[in-house]
Amino acid sequence: MNLRAVMAICILTLREVARRRLLWILLGLSVVSALLVGWVVTQLVDYARSGGMSEVRIGLGVSQVLVFVAFMFSFVLAMSAAFLAAPAIAGDIESGTLLAMMARPISRADLVLGRWLGLCLVTATYAIASGVLAIGVVAQVSGYSPPDPGVAIGGLMGEAIATLTLALALGTRLPAIAAGSISVVCFGLSWFGGVLASAAGLLRAEALVPSMDGLRLLMPTDLLWRGVVHALEPPLVLLAARGIDPRSFASDPFFAIAPVSLGALTWTVVWIVGVLLVGMVAFGRREL
Amino acid sequence: MRDTQQPPHDPQAVVQTHGLRKTYGRHVALESLDLTVRRGQVIGLLGPNGAGKTTAVKLLLGLSRASAGGGTLLGRPLGDRRARTSVGYLPELFRYPQWLSAREVVWLHCQLCGLPRASWASWTQRALSTVGLEHRAKDRVGTFSKGMQQRLGLGLALLGDPQLVILDEPTSALDPVGRDDVRTIIRAARARGASVILNSHLLGEVERVCDEVIIIHRGRVIAAGGLRALLGAPSLRIVVSGLGDPVGLLRTFAPVMVEHDHLLLQPIEPERTPEVVQALVAAGGRVHEVEPVQRSLEDLFLELVRSGVTEATESFRLPRPPGP
Repeated sequence: MNLRAVMAICILTLREVARRRLLWILLGLSVVSALLVGWVVTQLVDYARSGGMSEVRIGLGVSQVLVFVAFMFSFVLAMSAAFLAAPAIAGDIESGTLLAMMARPISRADLVLGRWLGLCLVTATYAIASGVLAIGVVAQVSGYSPPDPGVAIGGLMGEAIATLTLALALGTRLPAIAAGSISVVCFGLSWFGGVLASAAGLLRAEALVPSMDGLRLLMPTDLLWRGVVHALEPPLVLLAARGIDPRSFASDPFFAIAPVSLGALTWTVVWIVGVLLVGMVAFGRREL
Repeated sequence: MRDTQQPPHDPQAVVQTHGLRKTYGRHVALESLDLTVRRGQVIGLLGPNGAGKTTAVKLLLGLSRASAGGGTLLGRPLGDRRARTSVGYLPELFRYPQWLSAREVVWLHCQLCGLPRASWASWTQRALSTVGLEHRAKDRVGTFSKGMQQRLGLGLALLGDPQLVILDEPTSALDPVGRDDVRTIIRAARARGASVILNSHLLGEVERVCDEVIIIHRGRVIAAGGLRALLGAPSLRIVVSGLGDPVGLLRTFAPVMVEHDHLLLQPIEPERTPEVVQALVAAGGRVHEVEPVQRSLEDLFLELVRSGVTEATESFRLPRPPGP
């Protein structure tokens, strides 16, 4: 591994995103989204207060709005990550930009790792900026702060990094548009697999649970999403849920009674590292 | 049967391949390439479109993997990234990050080459001034014409004074001034002891700068050797009257062949033409025509490519001259 080459590619990626105005567009969209969320929450809270609703119930309502905002944001973030990462190598192969670069004394793995690091930094910056903005604006206008905002933002970041890793790895062998599309579909399937697995449990169709779980584990994104939801739920709701049969809300993708498990975190790390390594090997065997 | 046996290592060789072969499914892109490029040599790689020239270059650089055969690049096996430490390459399909300035592109390549940070400024200045782009150093590559981007690529190929420079169609987007600059650059590289592989369709360019040529057709080497050996010796075509024995007189300069209405002296250097004419006139002859004749690389190329590969391989493949 040539660290100097990895850093050169990483910086090139950051510079590309900045020069092509992608980062500024994403951050601008985050500001617009946060202002929109702030305006909507302000309206809702004003209506609720004028109707004499208690602050506890308002807090519960706002927490659910925040979960939906996070849900929307997780898709936006994943799609942005996929469409940023898919052409990062595939586009350079198609345009011929890589020919001159790969004739230098660097390995294919250096290039993949450099691109991945750069894209992770961009995505992390986008996730942190957007998450902090959205949660901050909601707290400002409603007074509700989720219990673990850092965990929620970290979970969203993890989802985006998993999606970009898949798009980058697929882009070493497939055209950019195919790599991006497949990654977004896999992200959606994983989320849907999570819902189906829970529904199969609720409907006592235990025989279907393993296959639904398999679909869910296609990517670690649904596991992380459950952690995000848990981090945004008010402690009162979680406390109240302890007395209820978990199966009654297991199929609800907008409620999680437990934080993200160590097993889920391990699977996330193993999955990301594994897909990245597969991408390196696949690119290593690619004819340029 | 193809001989893929590894030849003895040539200590002067910067590139040495044996039986290098590349197939894509059933399509044979390169049949069997035996190539030796020594220090300070300029080799022209010629062939019609799709002959396998770019494939050969990509195999040397590890951009593509050989289906059979192998070789070394600067003493290391093909594909070893350390072998590329002292190689400069201008691809045929050249494209550089459009959002970077010319200076930033050179910096990027300085970094990828592993050149010390303190030397980047001087390498950048040198690379850009060599190709006449120093006044556009801060401009984005996206604003450059195709010719300017090719010039930039040439500058990058010379970065760090590599021992081997591989230029794939380096003049495809250049005007006549640019082509002349490329010739100067190639000669300068040879003068400092670097080897150059020049892949070009412009046979006149190749003829002017290359020491040896390799002609590839349909993935096979159909001719290889020094230009002089491939093109044959120069000759002088003469039509003369008023002399009893012109052949006897001309034999004092070179062997003579009588062909229809003219005499052909071969081999004879074109510089001796006035001397020959003077002798004929002094002997009382009337000189009607004098024409120095030299087969051009284009003549040879067309002859080989059009005449069928099998026969050409046997008749034109020449033994390699001994190394220095």
